[in-house]
Amino acid sequence: MTAATTPLTRRRATGRVARRRLVVALRTLAAVVVAIVVAFPLYWMAVVALSTRSDLLSGSLRLIPSSLTLDNFARVFERFPVWTWFGNSVAIAVVVALITVTLNTLAGYAFAHLRFRGSTLLFFVALGTLTLPVQVIMVALFQLTTSLGLYGSYWAVILPTSASAVGLLLSRQFMLSIPRDLIEAARLDGAGHLRVFRSIVIPLSRPLLAVLFFLTLLASWNDFAWPLIALKENRLFTLPIGLLYLQSENGPDYNTTMAFALLDVAPMVVLFLVFQRYFVQGFARSGIR
Amino acid sequence: MTAVAAAPSRRPERRRRHRGDAAAYGFIAPNLGLLALFVVVPLVGTLVLSLQRTNGFGGGVFVGLENYARLFADPLFWRASANTALSTVLVTGLSLGLGLLTALLLNAALPARAVLRSILILPMAVSSVASALIGKLVFDENAGVLNALLQAVGLPAVSWQSGGAPAFASVVLVTLWLRLGFNMLIYLAALQGVGRDLIEAATLDGAGARQRIRYVVVPMLGPATFFLLVIDVVYSFQVFDVVFVLTGGGPQNATDVLVTYAYQNGFVTRDQGYAAAIGVVLLVVAVVFAVVQWNTSRTRDLTE
Repeated sequence: MTAATTPLTRRRATGRVARRRLVVALRTLAAVVVAIVVAFPLYWMAVVALSTRSDLLSGSLRLIPSSLTLDNFARVFERFPVWTWFGNSVAIAVVVALITVTLNTLAGYAFAHLRFRGSTLLFFVALGTLTLPVQVIMVALFQLTTSLGLYGSYWAVILPTSASAVGLLLSRQFMLSIPRDLIEAARLDGAGHLRVFRSIVIPLSRPLLAVLFFLTLLASWNDFAWPLIALKENRLFTLPIGLLYLQSENGPDYNTTMAFALLDVAPMVVLFLVFQRYFVQGFARSGIR
Repeated sequence: MTAVAAAPSRRPERRRRHRGDAAAYGFIAPNLGLLALFVVVPLVGTLVLSLQRTNGFGGGVFVGLENYARLFADPLFWRASANTALSTVLVTGLSLGLGLLTALLLNAALPARAVLRSILILPMAVSSVASALIGKLVFDENAGVLNALLQAVGLPAVSWQSGGAPAFASVVLVTLWLRLGFNMLIYLAALQGVGRDLIEAATLDGAGARQRIRYVVVPMLGPATFFLLVIDVVYSFQVFDVVFVLTGGGPQNATDVLVTYAYQNGFVTRDQGYAAAIGVVLLVVAVVFAVVQWNTSRTRDLTE
């Protein structure tokens, strides 16, 4: 097929190669344009965070900053309890992720491998909560957290946020792929369900645990609507709530707002880039089915 | 094999099932207990609250369906409903379309493909509050970089903040920015499932590029599209953060959606019974999609 013997076929072959090259070049160009458009807002956030106020207001369009400064960060740290808010975000996100992953995998195992009365109905009810926006229940949930005495502490955010079925669905789907024979064999050897869960299911579910932990951490770190309602005291704020507070205090001072936004965005972007190949596969698996 | 073994052991089987029940309930209790306490209980509370007239955070007075009657006569409620429907249609349609286009673009051997893909999915990691604030910066009517760029290429500046339709467009664009990566990822995975050999077979049968897409690729993408359709609709009808931070529902309620209008009533004007009634309307919509999603996941299980 590749052995082009006559000049005619050879010319046709080179023509085809040239056309294919052109197609690849055009595709690459289009993809690069899309990538630039998507990346630009993040680039611009960083530029504004690192440049002086006068640069932004000079009126002339300057896409590449003439000089860089860390003054905006200094001002943010000076005026706002950034480290407290950062610590709150870390603590809340980690605790939410730990609770959620533990509860979701436990329940996921039961729905995947145990037969019990009411399992279909209960699974349906749990799934139903997935499509529910928090705004449906926010007033009643606020009253509930107040009457439970949670309001005014981190738990007002942690407990309602941990009440989630997203990971339950993912866990069940993943654990269905663990061979039932393996579990039956361990059961026949006298292992209890908790033992089976700990020494067979969990070790085989490492990829799931990593994906689930990261996605829950990310969602909790970026969560806004419920923390906005549940955290009224400045000292309890997470980064997104602090960001909004800072913005309302600062008015149109975009430089400090973007400096703080960068502190909010950077950790998750870094983690995202490091872990992307794991959950890209996870997403792919959940999407094809 | 199992039929032979199962026949004589039916009675112990049943007894074991009962013992299994207790263990299973133990496994699901923490998760479902938390869901019951923090979702189901407030849900019932919302239904009760929606039948009450409230003042501040004290007790309410039972007023029957009065809140719902008020809703139907409230032009702002209808405005928010229309906005919600429109933004759901726009965000879902555009995420699907652009997600597929970018996936097709990246589904070929391109230089630096991995880097391009990483860039396109990066907004998935960005908080919606930060995204909305970046949006404020970019769309600023006076100092914003977007208007400066438009004017640099000879186009008129757009009133992204004071104009109703442009403000609505800015909300849709920021939401789309947040959603594109996820849609592209799912489509990319589905395209890789289509497989080279199927496309090559079509090529050998004389199908042109357009025909290959129309008759081979598109039908194979059905399941992924349906999955994304459900997820995108559910996501976009509850977009709160972007609207709340970027436009605050303005100008003149042009970007108000049901979730922001409910928040406004529940926590700003403190008309909680009324906010709960809006919540119930949202609930009805959510239930419809829960049913659709349930059907999707069930067919997914069956094909497994």
